[in-house]
Amino acid sequence: MKFGVIVFPGANCDRDVAYVTRDLLQQPTRMVWHEDSDLDDIDVVVVPGGFSYGDYLRCGAIARFSPAMQATVAHANQGKPVLGICNGFQILTEVGLLPGALMRNRDMRFICDRVPLRVEHTDRPWTQGYDPHQIITLPIAHGEGCYYADDATLADLEAHDQIVFRYCGLDGSVDQSQNPNGSLHNIAGICNRQGNVLGLMPHPERAADALVGGTDGLPMFQGLLKTLAVA
Amino acid sequence: MLVFYPQLEFVVPHYSARIYVTLRPSVLDPAGTAVQSGLAHMGYDNVDQVRIGKYIELTLQADTEAAATQQLDRMCDQLLANPVIENYRFELQTLATA
Repeated sequence: MKFGVIVFPGANCDRDVAYVTRDLLQQPTRMVWHEDSDLDDIDVVVVPGGFSYGDYLRCGAIARFSPAMQATVAHANQGKPVLGICNGFQILTEVGLLPGALMRNRDMRFICDRVPLRVEHTDRPWTQGYDPHQIITLPIAHGEGCYYADDATLADLEAHDQIVFRYCGLDGSVDQSQNPNGSLHNIAGICNRQGNVLGLMPHPERAADALVGGTDGLPMFQGLLKTLAVA
Repeated sequence: MLVFYPQLEFVVPHYSARIYVTLRPSVLDPAGTAVQSGLAHMGYDNVDQVRIGKYIELTLQADTEAAATQQLDRMCDQLLANPVIENYRFELQTLATA
């Protein structure tokens, strides 16, 4: 399974993703420069975290117009997997592959922490490696991670099981006290209706090697590989 | 023999635009709330509804004012504002051609 990791000026998690896919999972991985528009050889596109184009204007606003992102939209529209992490999630909402928007954190601060998440749906390609309602811990590092969408969009996301990860307590409880950034419905990650596009603010690639604390992010990649191997 | 043609000048009008991007009323503005509390600390406890937006200036060339308006609408819809969370409006002014 070949992974492509988009590299924007200002991306800073691209190599972490490649370390997971290439070194830990032994999958061929190509770094895709933002001006490259050819993704034909790629099975899975990862839009990594960072500060693409300095996050000027709005996070992800400028990155969405890059040739690599236009190709990523075409890739997603063919039903192929796309993963957006942190800044990548912001870019996926800006480009319209995922609904809603990510705004300044409720308490105005950049948050760098490790937080518990509840895996809401395990029938998605990305979540097959988890148990239903499993509580996992992943790092977050963002200033604009407060998920916003209007009421109709939120109802739609709930109705179609598109909310994949929610911020929660260690016991799995979901309420405002367990919400680090003010995201509506405690949303940490969502997928599109078909399930092939996933965006999340937490960093699974930073929790994939026991050496650097935790491996709760690894099943996200392993689950996807298993799903694609069957398909 | 050299023939000198009078230089043809197509003067394309130049416009200046002032673009205001504001958060939609349904969207919470934590930055505005923080500024409001700062104003309250200054003694202005009579202030409410502080909302922070963006102001963008640009100049552009277009054949007509209608064409400039149409282009600005597209720029705002696709890049300068995010319609999911923001509204925009702009003022257009014709610049004197040099």
